[in-house]
Amino acid sequence: MPERVIATEKAKALVRWLKDEFGPLIFHQSGGCCEGTAPMCFKRSDFRVGASDVFLGSIEGCPFYIGAATFQYFSSMQVVIDVTKDGGDSFSLEAPGGVRFITRSRLFTDEEIRILDTQGPPPTGLMPHSTSDRHQGVRS
Amino acid sequence: MDTKASKSASQFEYRPSALRMRYDNFIGGKWIAPVKGRYFADSSPLNQMELAQIARSSAEDVELALDAAHKARHRWADTAPAERARLLNKIADKIEENLQFIANVETVDNGKPIRETVNADVPLAADHFRYFAGCIRAEEGAISEIDRDTIAYHFKEPMGVVGQIIPWNFPLLMAAWKLAPALAAGNCVVIKPASDTPLSLCVLMDLIGDILPPGVLNVVFGHGAEVGTPLARSPRIAKIAFTGETTTGRQIMQYAAETIIPQTMELGGKSPNIFFADVMDKDDEFFDKALEGFALFAFNKGEVCTCPSRALVQESIFDKFMERAVARVAKIKVGDPLDLATQMGPQCSRGQMEKILEYIRIGKDEGAKLATGGDRAHPGGDFEKGFFLQPTVFTGNNKMRVFQEEIFGPVISVTTFKDLDDAIAIGNDTLYGLGAGVWSRDANNLYRVGRGIEAGRVWTNCYHVYPAHAAFGGYKHSGFGRETHKMILEHYQQTKNMLVNYSTKAQGFF
Repeated sequence: MPERVIATEKAKALVRWLKDEFGPLIFHQSGGCCEGTAPMCFKRSDFRVGASDVFLGSIEGCPFYIGAATFQYFSSMQVVIDVTKDGGDSFSLEAPGGVRFITRSRLFTDEEIRILDTQGPPPTGLMPHSTSDRHQGVRS
Repeated sequence: MDTKASKSASQFEYRPSALRMRYDNFIGGKWIAPVKGRYFADSSPLNQMELAQIARSSAEDVELALDAAHKARHRWADTAPAERARLLNKIADKIEENLQFIANVETVDNGKPIRETVNADVPLAADHFRYFAGCIRAEEGAISEIDRDTIAYHFKEPMGVVGQIIPWNFPLLMAAWKLAPALAAGNCVVIKPASDTPLSLCVLMDLIGDILPPGVLNVVFGHGAEVGTPLARSPRIAKIAFTGETTTGRQIMQYAAETIIPQTMELGGKSPNIFFADVMDKDDEFFDKALEGFALFAFNKGEVCTCPSRALVQESIFDKFMERAVARVAKIKVGDPLDLATQMGPQCSRGQMEKILEYIRIGKDEGAKLATGGDRAHPGGDFEKGFFLQPTVFTGNNKMRVFQEEIFGPVISVTTFKDLDDAIAIGNDTLYGLGAGVWSRDANNLYRVGRGIEAGRVWTNCYHVYPAHAAFGGYKHSGFGRETHKMILEHYQQTKNMLVNYSTKAQGFF
């Protein structure tokens, strides 16, 4: 089944480093002004998932959500999380290091859309997450 | 263009020599080094030249700023409105006296063209301080006569210490929008500028630092994750004001729910700019103005929450309108933002440029038709290191992502509408509701669209004008609260009611 969110190797490496630094993480795709339409990466305890937030998948064990209204426009695209240099100011945890997650997108093929349609809409609200990252040390 | 710039382009500097090499935090009336001793390099989006080292602050510095603000708050709250107004006017004078320098700094730090900083950002910032100086002088509480013996007095009192988080697209002006009413109302402020664009507040504090009593205005520099988060979640602020994107807006509101404080939020837009067929009835001055209104999506390189990033053109004129509009856009001068003739400078950061290029790719993938632009611009020389883009025009339909998501760049997506109802329906088919524009020679079109669009500001036969005394703020996902008008004072005030009874007789219950 096609993944709704994936990450480049560079992005995965950065996620692993951030997990090591901050502990369990969460991603939420933003919209709007300034850093809008960039993925925001927070400590998992720092962001409350809403009942209507759509769960797109996980990156290195970190859940990735998107607001329900924004998802309407992302439903036919695969979200590809990448990293860029000098990304700009942000509340996202990686930004002080001079790098920034960036959302790239790829239109699903008709075949992928057909498979996704058979699966029904993605789940919403807080997911019971894997415990794999619970044992990571919190150094910050 | 009537320009206030008295310098020729060559007199502006790519790194203004009056800048210091390093800026600390401004706390309690003094420049104070960040507790952890860390700094970050602030560089110019024109050519990646380093402009200064800036304090990379942490939660400890936010606490110091809050200490200073709390120490100052009672005295500032008790300062007579006339005196507060006098000091705000002094700030305005200082900004005006140094207009060229501040504009120069803002341009090299953000990339916006000098013709905009000299004629809009800096003079508007000064005017905002003057406006709120006037408002607070004229402000009155209220007295209600409940009955012959019972009077309700309503006093407006400051909140105390407030937190403000400023975006990078109008670093000085957005600070002025938030600082002027907060200070006028008698609050002390801890403000965090964006780490991409700290310099205008650095030089501002050098200029006005001794005007206000120590601790009244504190500036903590650094990154959102390291300064914004501890400031927004602090139980020691009585209000938080934020301009930025929606996820962080949500996060800040979650913090505010925990500390039970009010917020004002400005979170972006996808503003429709609606052109009725009658704009082309004559090829006159008004039509020329409408074409400029179309091209204003490139104002501040599109890095404006109210960027008219969707144009809706009545279908009967679409082809001939687009011919003229695209020709107008193709003439936009991209290049050295310190040249007074330049209309578009570089995007604010590499990340921003890459995000915009990604959207241009998405637009093409979705089948939107590229009418002009669509790539990086190459002004040559040292500017090849800068983040320059071409103004870009897409045509397509309103369901496409380039019509629905805020690109925050010089990209406009154009579609057609049939009639007035259709224009309103397409205009409102968006998550956002910050700005809108409507252009017509028919007052009924203007009025019906103006009232029908769900947005906080509908520019009518004009666009991108930001005078003080006209309320600005969003419907829907664009946030809430209205700035640039005296009504924002209420967001920085508590109402104190004293209910006084002048009778000597007992109530008779016990």
